[in-house]
Amino acid sequence: MDPAGQMVLANRLTDGRVVFLAAHGGWVDDIAAGALAPDASTGTALLEAARRDEGRNVVVEPDLIKVRQVGGRYEPVAWRDVIRAAGPTVRTDLG
Amino acid sequence: MTTVVRDGRLQDDAFVDASGQDTLPAAGPVIVSLAQWQAGRDGLLARGTPLGIRLQSDQSPALVAGDLGHFAVVALEFPKYRDGRAYTHARALKERLGYAGEIRAIGDVLQEQLHFMQRCGFNAFEISGPDPERAWATVAGDHTVWYQATGDGRARALDLRHPAGRR
Amino acid sequence: MYRYDEFDHTLVAERIATFRRQVGRRLSGDLTEDQFKPLRLKNGLYLQLHAYMLRVNIPYGCLSTRQLRKFADIARRYDRGFGHFTTRQNIQYNWISLAETPDILAELASVEVNTMQSSGNCVRNITADQFAGRARDEVEDPRPWCELIRQWSILHPEFSYLPRKFKIAVSGAPVDRAAVKFHDVGLYLRRNAAGEVGFEVIVGGGQGRLPYVGLTIRDWLAKDDLLSYLEAILRIYNLGGRRDNPQKARIKVQVNALGIDEFRRLVDEEWAQIKASPLLAVPAAEIDRISAYFAPPAWEQITDEAGLLVRQDAASAAFAAWRRANVVAHRQPGYAIVNLSLKATSMAPGDLTADQMDAVADLADRYTLGELRVTHRQNLVFTDVRQKDLLAVWEALDKLDLATPNIGTITDIVACPGLDFCALANARAIPVAQQIGRHFQSAAALQDVGELSINISGCMNACGHHHVGNIGILGVEKNGQEFYQLTLGGSSGADASLGDRLGKGIPAAEVPPAIEAIVGTYKQLRNPGERFLDTYRRIGLEPFREAVYGPDAGRRREVA
Repeated sequence: MDPAGQMVLANRLTDGRVVFLAAHGGWVDDIAAGALAPDASTGTALLEAARRDEGRNVVVEPDLIKVRQVGGRYEPVAWRDVIRAAGPTVRTDLG
Repeated sequence: MTTVVRDGRLQDDAFVDASGQDTLPAAGPVIVSLAQWQAGRDGLLARGTPLGIRLQSDQSPALVAGDLGHFAVVALEFPKYRDGRAYTHARALKERLGYAGEIRAIGDVLQEQLHFMQRCGFNAFEISGPDPERAWATVAGDHTVWYQATGDGRARALDLRHPAGRR
Repeated sequence: MYRYDEFDHTLVAERIATFRRQVGRRLSGDLTEDQFKPLRLKNGLYLQLHAYMLRVNIPYGCLSTRQLRKFADIARRYDRGFGHFTTRQNIQYNWISLAETPDILAELASVEVNTMQSSGNCVRNITADQFAGRARDEVEDPRPWCELIRQWSILHPEFSYLPRKFKIAVSGAPVDRAAVKFHDVGLYLRRNAAGEVGFEVIVGGGQGRLPYVGLTIRDWLAKDDLLSYLEAILRIYNLGGRRDNPQKARIKVQVNALGIDEFRRLVDEEWAQIKASPLLAVPAAEIDRISAYFAPPAWEQITDEAGLLVRQDAASAAFAAWRRANVVAHRQPGYAIVNLSLKATSMAPGDLTADQMDAVADLADRYTLGELRVTHRQNLVFTDVRQKDLLAVWEALDKLDLATPNIGTITDIVACPGLDFCALANARAIPVAQQIGRHFQSAAALQDVGELSINISGCMNACGHHHVGNIGILGVEKNGQEFYQLTLGGSSGADASLGDRLGKGIPAAEVPPAIEAIVGTYKQLRNPGERFLDTYRRIGLEPFREAVYGPDAGRRREVA
């Protein structure tokens, strides 16, 4: 399955939680609300915006990740990013 | 003009740090690198001005042990705050070589490390950041209890626990 | 247990106040992440996959019930209801908020727990044998020395910015239950020819990407010289450890590059200058003060209960299996050491829920004098259970799922948090442990396999200590998939050895069958009474490689 595009994922500075850069420029918990960059240049622009927020101490370590569409939902391509987005595969009562 | 924090106060520094320059200022107190000292020792002594030496983190003060009497300042470099070699160098300088002049911390000197530096023998600090005196004041009261003794004469917790019981 | 005095309390409180300020400076942007990172690491706070992770010291594995209840409280109020015990006798929480951390540290301090230097390029938690003070084979209790070393190492002005982390372990017995030879400095308490107790000093052990078995730098060190000698080692390391490459920055690399003889010469040269220094003297009064906290408890004068236990074994096969596997002889008549297995497959290895923590604390108050131990194999220990209480303890632990009769056997698996939690990981470790656990459920099967350790790491940093597992499992990532490389023949005891690589990585689903094949080969080829490690050392890798990869394995070129 080809990636649908890219998103920016980061950790929120205050509580470390995984957040996605949204189209409105804020950060959201749910990948479904993340801004999707369909091509490389949009992706770069997103990452630059994320880095500005890093400089403003909103988030830490923003990362441009590949994302695909699976059954109408966004899902990261890399397994590690899947776990970051969805929580641990064990103790699923807590993730 | 460099400023240096000594005794908690920001002071002007009379020394010019020429360690990174090709030519030295014609006159005035000057800090030189180890290489400059080794190459131009006689000329430097002939200046008749106060001298200082700046050592990099991989240069032990033992390299200039015999010349310490000529230096009013020994500046020990922290190229990055993570490079902790200068803590050992400062202790060696003060406690082992008996150097009684200014031991200056230069480079990536952040307020969060000042206490450790002071306990290791540093008595002058070129603190990074816009307000060095405030940086110093912020951390000044941080630590009143230490588990270890250094050459600064402070008692460690162990000694305070057993005031009469030294072995 | 050691109790903080006014100096300890003040030092911890000051540290927390400093950290609170540093957190404030970070949140306001006064400190960049690069400047802040070592400061938060020195208080045990990591940024991981899902949130911040807080690593809490349990010095030399000793824990009071008051502290365990506070761990439960923290888990409920600041985390997601559970904690994870690690291979270095720490507890970790995975869902921590940076902004709340100073408050968490203050709460921990209220029960004399701290997180100082549980991470960072400094001396870490001092670990010890979990049976310290109780084991029959002990030369001397290592805990007072651990506490002395701990205090010497905390906020050391000269050694707070080392090239890399520095781990110290102490064993009080010749049987090494603390993996001493796999630490940067390891210490064995032992007697010299004159019968005096001192330390054998090991240096340069470690796992990670470059595993090394530590080497003896000094056969016997007098107790009086402990701090000065450690200081000499640290100073040579601080000056000469590599700072150009974090993966080559541990003391093991320095020792290996110089050779042990040259390294020893440098240390001795430095030591000669500080050996007699009053700055490093340890007054007898301080040793006595610390040792008093570890004095043997007021045991009852009771006798062993052989008859009773035999009858109870006969009445319950499950109790008998548990007693055989999880209960260890105590040096005091009438008492026993009870291992709590945190390896039920329903949980991740080493995890305990807040409810379990509270229940275990209640049991410990009732049956084992209010204290417990954490082992570096991620289990807990009740060190002072009366033999007549064993049945009741077993029944209670069984209800909590903490009585799996598997200590030291194939399902007593050590696993790091792995890719489920850790930002450094390449693959998951916990599900692999759970799957193996499901394959070897029966107590009889476990008993038949006997002593066998499995260690699983999710990346080359080897926090699961896979190099020293009898069977080691290393998770790797290839083309976005998780694969697992097996090693055989590791040992963390005094007969230390690193595992040998069996072959190329296999997918997760093939790991339990591979373990079955390895165990099958062992059972087929073992001599009577021979444990897995000894069979392996006798017959080598080939029979196992064939069993896992097929008879062509030896001839096929390995494509890793």
